Amino acid sequence: MLGKLDWSAIPFDQPIPLIAGAVVLVAILAVLTWVVVKGHLPYLWSEWITSVDHKRIGVMYILLASVMLLRGGSDAIMMRIQQAVAYQSQGYLPPEHYNQIFSAHGTIMIFFVAMPFVIGLMNLIVPLQLGVRDVAFPTLNSVGFWLTATGALLVNLSLVVGEFARTGWLAFPPLSELSYSPGVGVDYYAWSLQISGVGTLVAGINLVTTVLKLRTKGMNYLRMPMFCWTTLASNLLIVAAFPILTATLAMLLLDRYLGFHFFTNEAGGNVMMFMNLIWAWGHPEVYILVLPAFGIFSEVVSTFSGKALFGYRSMVLATMAICVISFMVWLHHFFTMGAGPDVNAIFGIASMIIAIPTGVKIYNWLFTMYGGRIRFATPMLWSVGFMVTFIVGGLTGVLLAVPPADFMLHNSMFLVAHFHNVIIGGVLFGAFAGFEYWFPKAFGFRLDERWGKLAFWFTFLGFFITFVPLYIAGMLGMTRRMQHYDVAAWRPWMIVAAIGMAVLTIGVICQIVQIVVSIRNREALRDRTGDPWDGRSLEWATSSPPPVFNFAFNPDVRGEDAYWDMKARAQQQSLERDRPEYQDIEMPRNSPTGFVCAFFATIMGFALIWHIWWMVILGGLGAWATFVVFAWRDHDEYVIPAEEVAAIDRVNLEERRDLVSMAGTV
Amino acid sequence: MNLLDPQGPVAAANSTILVDSVFIMLVIVVPTIFAILGFAFWFRASNPKARYQPDFVYSGRVEMVVWAIPALTVILLGGVAWIGSHQLDPAAPVPGTGSPVRIQAVSLDWKWLFIYPDQRIATVNTLTVPAGAELNFQLTSSSVMNTFFIPQLGSMIYTMNGMVTKLNLRADNEGKLKGLSAHFSGDGFPDMMFDVNVISPLAFPDWVAATAKSDAVLNEDSYRKLMQQGIEKGKPAYRLEDPRLFDLIANQHIPPGPGPELISDAGRPHSGGHDAR
Repeated sequence: MLGKLDWSAIPFDQPIPLIAGAVVLVAILAVLTWVVVKGHLPYLWSEWITSVDHKRIGVMYILLASVMLLRGGSDAIMMRIQQAVAYQSQGYLPPEHYNQIFSAHGTIMIFFVAMPFVIGLMNLIVPLQLGVRDVAFPTLNSVGFWLTATGALLVNLSLVVGEFARTGWLAFPPLSELSYSPGVGVDYYAWSLQISGVGTLVAGINLVTTVLKLRTKGMNYLRMPMFCWTTLASNLLIVAAFPILTATLAMLLLDRYLGFHFFTNEAGGNVMMFMNLIWAWGHPEVYILVLPAFGIFSEVVSTFSGKALFGYRSMVLATMAICVISFMVWLHHFFTMGAGPDVNAIFGIASMIIAIPTGVKIYNWLFTMYGGRIRFATPMLWSVGFMVTFIVGGLTGVLLAVPPADFMLHNSMFLVAHFHNVIIGGVLFGAFAGFEYWFPKAFGFRLDERWGKLAFWFTFLGFFITFVPLYIAGMLGMTRRMQHYDVAAWRPWMIVAAIGMAVLTIGVICQIVQIVVSIRNREALRDRTGDPWDGRSLEWATSSPPPVFNFAFNPDVRGEDAYWDMKARAQQQSLERDRPEYQDIEMPRNSPTGFVCAFFATIMGFALIWHIWWMVILGGLGAWATFVVFAWRDHDEYVIPAEEVAAIDRVNLEERRDLVSMAGTV
Repeated sequence: MNLLDPQGPVAAANSTILVDSVFIMLVIVVPTIFAILGFAFWFRASNPKARYQPDFVYSGRVEMVVWAIPALTVILLGGVAWIGSHQLDPAAPVPGTGSPVRIQAVSLDWKWLFIYPDQRIATVNTLTVPAGAELNFQLTSSSVMNTFFIPQLGSMIYTMNGMVTKLNLRADNEGKLKGLSAHFSGDGFPDMMFDVNVISPLAFPDWVAATAKSDAVLNEDSYRKLMQQGIEKGKPAYRLEDPRLFDLIANQHIPPGPGPELISDAGRPHSGGHDAR
């Protein structure tokens, strides 16, 4: 009846996951009870859960990423403590638990923190920057988000029901094959990623279509803000790369469920093929993450320097070059497999070539600052911190692309330090910069600067205190994923790294305090004009938070930095006084399709993991029926009458006029 | 296990390339970091001396320089990578004194088996080699992937079931080194560290002769016992019965090692590794 599921799946003998799971469960129940008792459920259902508004979906993506950041961060803290204490001892985590933790840490941080964070920011901002009212496929957008949430839910469910993979975040076979990992851990891993992978793919298709097809009047390609360009590049990579991940995991699942031999030791399976396929997705993946971050830095550096982006066309070229070349370098993840010198050298050099456009980007940000008038608000601090940190990560990355150096450093703590250097220093700093920068746009009030700056400094210092020791440990021959060790020379560095982790944790706490403090002081921090940073692109041309239709009129773009341009012209002409003719606006109706679809996908995923076949059929039929019902819908749009549009827009226009007439010095 | 304290020519060349590459990059990275901090500081909004140039958004000359600097660096490093990859190909011979020593390494769950086919001996978790001689490694795995790595001798390489990888090394100085597996392979993975004894070429034959007197015999049967999942705390040494044992493993004549023994059908199987501890 319940397949492999029975009471032994609950880890009663392991207090840590059980207590953690119980705490989370109590927290979720408490929040749910509060929501229901206070009567917020209808609001939550109609305004958020079923929302197809790209801004709301963006916010929900970021919320998911933030919650998962706490989960992945807890894993990181546990790992750092384990390695600090497990010298000539077993530490406090047995291997089967430690191995789950590092696997879950990697999986969660990449798929359920970094991905939803950048996709959330793109969702929130790109339609605004393009001057349009929504993304190309609003309901599909909701489906994408909820499927991602399904993946996150399944991964976290493995904490208390069964186990997670003990194979590392890429589940290399043959270790991940049934003979060496007979438990449900790898199944949790693979099905979570299959389901959330579908979500990511539809998000990618959606954003590519949005950028290519839905730009406002006059917004031609070479007038798009840099963030739109990096969004385009990143989502083209998603569309090209995620099917590879899906196919690879499908093959692994066929091996595990139906006795196929794609990657087994026996019967002609080939583990090297898995390595190639997973990295053919995996390397573009890191650019999927970091390109949007590059876009955010471009926006932030330009805005806070009070200058247009230096070398805009060069930046576009560099972005697209990275997009293309990132598909040609995957082999540098396994130089040590014995491919031969020609192959290694060619892929090594290809990997270095990516450093050229990346270097160009750094220099262009540098020259954007040159001659600027730089305001060091929190987003700008993250950006300068990023430039310094990322350059170090770039250096070690190019070093790892030199095959003979990689022969010493592959899979070492040096490598661990390197990719954290680029993912924390690049993607996470970018996500935080974007969060601080666009928060007022999303919620209508700014974040507290004092706590924001504290968060930056603790995170920045904490990062170096944590990861410089790991670089050093790597130079001392320490390899990754060690549950315990006997080498005395590694010990002090592991202790310093644990201290660094504590500093990083303080940074995260500051960030949480910042949000709480800002919500309490929201009246004082209110952004009435919609343009708190003296911005340059179109998202600042509407109110904060923007009305559901984003713009009462589709803006008319006449150059780069569209809004900056408008402000400059408005000043000369002391703002157009003519009353515009407001018109009815058609907007997509909210739809529970995404949520219901994900509900059934969760059931199906859980059932597949535990071999509960009747439930698989039930979930599958449910998801299919949801799709059919949606496909047969009659009304998918509603009309906002012109008077309502006018009422909403006039309020914002008044505030903005005051701002423009005050800002005489722009 | 310091990578910058190499004990053989391969490690020495690897670490030279490593250090050289870092310095080549530091030449541009350090000034860039200073420029970032310097520009950010000088052009702060509160500095009245800094000139505001909002129209400085394009300069062909600057563009050329910013594309050229990373490009030139990469051309230089690309040369290093190309030459280095060829000279330091793990399969390339590393000339040494005396006759080369053939060693066949097998990664097991979770220990290392070193077979000396010419000497007809085998050891577990200890690798004994003569200083100065060329060491020809052939490597495979009994089950999952691992990576054979002696940090102070250089170049690591994967071990994979059903396949043989090649690696040539040389240890120049007598002494004790450490090796490890650098690819995660399951619950007993951290216990896959092994000792490397580099002894004088004169003492090597004596060590071989002493080991060959071992009571324990390595043949297909004892190998099958050895490949069960578990951690080996001792350092057993064997007389090798059949010098073709490695080939039998590599061409899967002996099937791949079994995984964990299933105690229950539930989601959380208990692994052999944990029990062995």
